[in-house]
Amino acid sequence: MKVDWTTFWPRILQATGETITMVIFTLIFASILGIIMGLLLFVTRKGNILENRFIFSFLNLLINIIRPIPFIIFLVAISPLTRFAVGTTIGTTAAIFPMTIAAAFAIARVVENNLVSIDPGIIEAAKAMGASPIQIIFGVLIPEALGPLILGITFITVGLIDFSAMAGTVGGGGLGDLAMTYGYQRFDTSVMIVTVVILIILVQIAQFIGNMLSRFFLRR
Amino acid sequence: MIRLERVSKIYESGGKKVEAVKDVSLHIKKGDIFGIIGFSGAGKSTLLRLVNLLERPTKGNIIVDNYDLNSISSKDLRQLRRKIGMIFQTFNLFNSRTVYGNIAYPLKLEKKSKEEIHQRVTELLQFVGLEDKADKFPEQLSGGQKQRVGIARALATSPDILLCDEATSALDPETTNEILNLLKKVNEEFNITILLITHEMNVIRKICNRVAVMENGRIIEEGEVFNIFSNPQEKTTKNFISSVVNEKLSSSLLEKLRKDHERKLYRIVFSGDTASQPILSTLTAKHNIHFNIIYGSINELQNQLFGNLIVEFIGADSQIEEVLKELTEIVEVREVTNGES
Repeated sequence: MKVDWTTFWPRILQATGETITMVIFTLIFASILGIIMGLLLFVTRKGNILENRFIFSFLNLLINIIRPIPFIIFLVAISPLTRFAVGTTIGTTAAIFPMTIAAAFAIARVVENNLVSIDPGIIEAAKAMGASPIQIIFGVLIPEALGPLILGITFITVGLIDFSAMAGTVGGGGLGDLAMTYGYQRFDTSVMIVTVVILIILVQIAQFIGNMLSRFFLRR
Repeated sequence: MIRLERVSKIYESGGKKVEAVKDVSLHIKKGDIFGIIGFSGAGKSTLLRLVNLLERPTKGNIIVDNYDLNSISSKDLRQLRRKIGMIFQTFNLFNSRTVYGNIAYPLKLEKKSKEEIHQRVTELLQFVGLEDKADKFPEQLSGGQKQRVGIARALATSPDILLCDEATSALDPETTNEILNLLKKVNEEFNITILLITHEMNVIRKICNRVAVMENGRIIEEGEVFNIFSNPQEKTTKNFISSVVNEKLSSSLLEKLRKDHERKLYRIVFSGDTASQPILSTLTAKHNIHFNIIYGSINELQNQLFGNLIVEFIGADSQIEEVLKELTEIVEVREVTNGES
């Protein structure tokens, strides 16, 4: 049974809205968590401004445990935690929780990698000027890494659109849900095509905004 | 101003101990431009970083500006560091900040008001001659301009000491001279004590008043630049000096000279006042012999002349001996043998 496109457009619109909601909220929460973790990971490294082997090893191990788990399995695996935190495991809000956790760990690595590429001499110069670790983090590390950092987070955002489609299959709503239930399970190719095209457009928009912002901060 | 007493720094990596600085004692007085010269790996970079505790000493005492660095609190250390400027070989400017922003950064750390910062940065931009580059980013500047920004940034908090980590090693000779002149101006106008490390004897000759030669973590020779240049003791020191004062003749040239001149050759080293007096001509005229200059160089060092001649004397042997005797009393005279050129 094919869908009736005269009444189906509002469903598409709603699903697009759900996808965008999931991605944007996840992006906000995951960025905050991920940037904090990435910074901690970097500054507690051996020889760095707040060297701390315990924190570094703990975070490093945690990230290496969470990151390799395929998202669809992670989603199901942490559902008890999701129910505890959000109250339910179904719906857009519930999808944001596991997406945030998974994305935060990915962002932490991206942040760390970008910070590692800062010339250590620049950090040394700030130290020699009498800057405290906090002043170095906010006055030197973040501004120096911001351009590439935004590109890295853009890359994660595109991944989030992919995550959101998966979250959709376990009741998160959004375009992924629509594509699965109407396009895949009911063999309606037209729904599949429309949702895929919308996803492509979303990815393009995200990449465009990311490029623009990073260019603004890199001035190149 | 800066006093190091029997300081050692030992690194441990993978169970191996590397002694980068070995039992070094140094005293740098206020107003000095003190140069530490050594090949790479001699430990001079570590030694420099001990002064602002970017590296912590394993043994020994370091006293800077009356602070004992062994017992300094981290708060006092940050205060002290604001009184010690530092510039680097690779400049280490903040790429995300403009020239203005770079110079303003240490003032922001001191929580100065916007007006104060503006006034100070404008002053410094003028001092280093970059008024028109305030809004440029480091990547838009040449090496020499970047180092000028580095110097302005280091001077922002009006330090008493400036540490220079191979500050001219990444620059071409002409730009090196500009930066050295600027450092000299910093020393003279603001009475800032400068401690610099370098592997170029040229830098020492141009601006330093005192020098220490470092090898394998130790200071092997130290003193007034003029004395070290005119009378070096250690082989490494002599090597460094010969890189800027070309007083050595190649053995092939020496051999050729020997063929053309059968008489003995003498090296005469003039320094200070003796370099500007007609000693040779007075003495040879007195004893009625002639002299022939085969090779010579005269250099300026610390506003003094420093000369080096290779001469032969023509006349009766007894007269030549008399001249040599009298010369030895005034200047340094050595016979040029095959081994020593």
